[in-house]
Amino acid sequence: MKLTGENIIEVENLVKRFGSFTAVDNISFQVKKGEVFGFLGANGAGKTTAIKMLIGLWSPTAGKANVAGFNLFTEANQIRKNIGYMAQRFSLYEDLTVIENIQFYGGIYGLRKNILKERAEELISELGMESFRKELIKNIPLGWKQKLALSVAMIHKPKIVFLDEPTSGVDPITRRQFWDLIYNAAEKGTTVFVTTHYMDESEYCDRVSIMVDGRIEALDTPTQLKKQFNAVSMDEVFLRLARPTQKQVL
Amino acid sequence: MKERVIATNITKSFHSTKALDDVSFTVNEGELFGFIGPDGAGKSTLFRILTTVMNADSGDALVDGFHLKDEIAIRSRVGYMPGKFSLYPDLSVQENLEFFAKVFGTTVQENYSIIKEIYVQLEPFKDRRSGKLSGGMKQKLALCCALIHKPRVLFLDEPTTGVDPVSRVEFWEMLSRLKQSGLTILVSTPYMDEASRCDRVALIQKGKILDIDPPGVITKKFPLHVIAVKSENMPKLRKDILKVEDAESVYGFGEFLHITMKKENSSTEKIETLLKQQGHQHTEVKIIEAGIEDCFMHLMEHNKN
Repeated sequence: MKLTGENIIEVENLVKRFGSFTAVDNISFQVKKGEVFGFLGANGAGKTTAIKMLIGLWSPTAGKANVAGFNLFTEANQIRKNIGYMAQRFSLYEDLTVIENIQFYGGIYGLRKNILKERAEELISELGMESFRKELIKNIPLGWKQKLALSVAMIHKPKIVFLDEPTSGVDPITRRQFWDLIYNAAEKGTTVFVTTHYMDESEYCDRVSIMVDGRIEALDTPTQLKKQFNAVSMDEVFLRLARPTQKQVL
Repeated sequence: MKERVIATNITKSFHSTKALDDVSFTVNEGELFGFIGPDGAGKSTLFRILTTVMNADSGDALVDGFHLKDEIAIRSRVGYMPGKFSLYPDLSVQENLEFFAKVFGTTVQENYSIIKEIYVQLEPFKDRRSGKLSGGMKQKLALCCALIHKPRVLFLDEPTTGVDPVSRVEFWEMLSRLKQSGLTILVSTPYMDEASRCDRVALIQKGKILDIDPPGVITKKFPLHVIAVKSENMPKLRKDILKVEDAESVYGFGEFLHITMKKENSSTEKIETLLKQQGHQHTEVKIIEAGIEDCFMHLMEHNKN
């Protein structure tokens, strides 16, 4: 567990309001370098809003935040260069080949041509995907697509990678293989910030935070959370926390 | 028991990909029947074919007594909720509902009792445009629209995908109540843990049905022993456990690893000894009953070509 060491994300009293609606209500937390941090919550609890702020897409209404060494309010552009983001499921282009996708994303992340060429070759050999290199994405198996999507999100060697429900709808074997990749990335020092609706996966995180109605209601290691809520599983912890406050709001 | 859906040898290909490969099954009257499988298994294609939205390459089905070519008869008898939100986003909640009622030649008043329990939660927002509803509310409205013509068979394509665990529990409770009215329900999901909510399930992967039975029967049939193991140092355990002889597979399951072993070879003592040798602390080693996910992975591995 990497609960000591430097903070790579520091958030203090972060708020996001849309008109009179407070989507993110005064949240504070820190994430350590190399940590696998699970970011859980019910639909509509404010997770996506929080992530969009942390990756520098939306500006917060109030608070303080430092991500990958940069100030969220004044250096959002720097943050975007130092993080990777993999949207719900993967965002590869189905009609481009493996190598074309790598080149496209490398270009977007601003890698220079010669560096990109090197990185692309490195990546393909790391993944063992030589035989797929000129294959269209739509023709390669799901497990490979997913590996590639994660690697592409990290092609610029970001300090933090944000994964938004990366395993949603994936078969149980591929889902587990994907978590092996997450561990590999974390072992190499990349911080992983991940959301999931699979509660068994929250057990694989170093620490887990649970958002309810815009606030972080719990944050600790899975073991401690289960102790705190006197629950046998994370599923039970989640149901206990999120259920009583579920409101019939729109 | 009366059969409401009888599918025989349904096959469908898209270019070179076989989306459905010789799929046969029956669903009985009043049954809550689940198709459990990941994305790309063929669940949506199957539902589209059974609701006559798409044609099969070969094979046929009887849906409430009608062959697939009797499109009009089938369409008035089935309710279909696609995986993607497919209502009119610019119409209000009430307008959507009235539209679907009118298309099927009925009125909201006539069949209100069927949707009442669900619709009361939407009523305060009946004038809101449906595109402006939250995910959970959209889902409830879509379900109302699929029910308003009083279908005899309801098809729900991945109603809980991307939905948080709390809302998923609530949705299944809603389905159990609907089932009590005698409605036949076919529902698909990628979440293995939802199998236990169904009377019977079909495990489906790459267009093939791996098994069909009540969930409790599927787990009872599991031919191996599942041994759950946990230690204070899980990363080390993952490496050490590979030294266990006779292990058929090792997979993470939340805070435990599940090791499967042939029943005649399985031994918790052997594993306990190994953990002790490797210096593991606070360990737990126990034979447990297989879950649907254990079964699914086992069947997946044994169906590889």
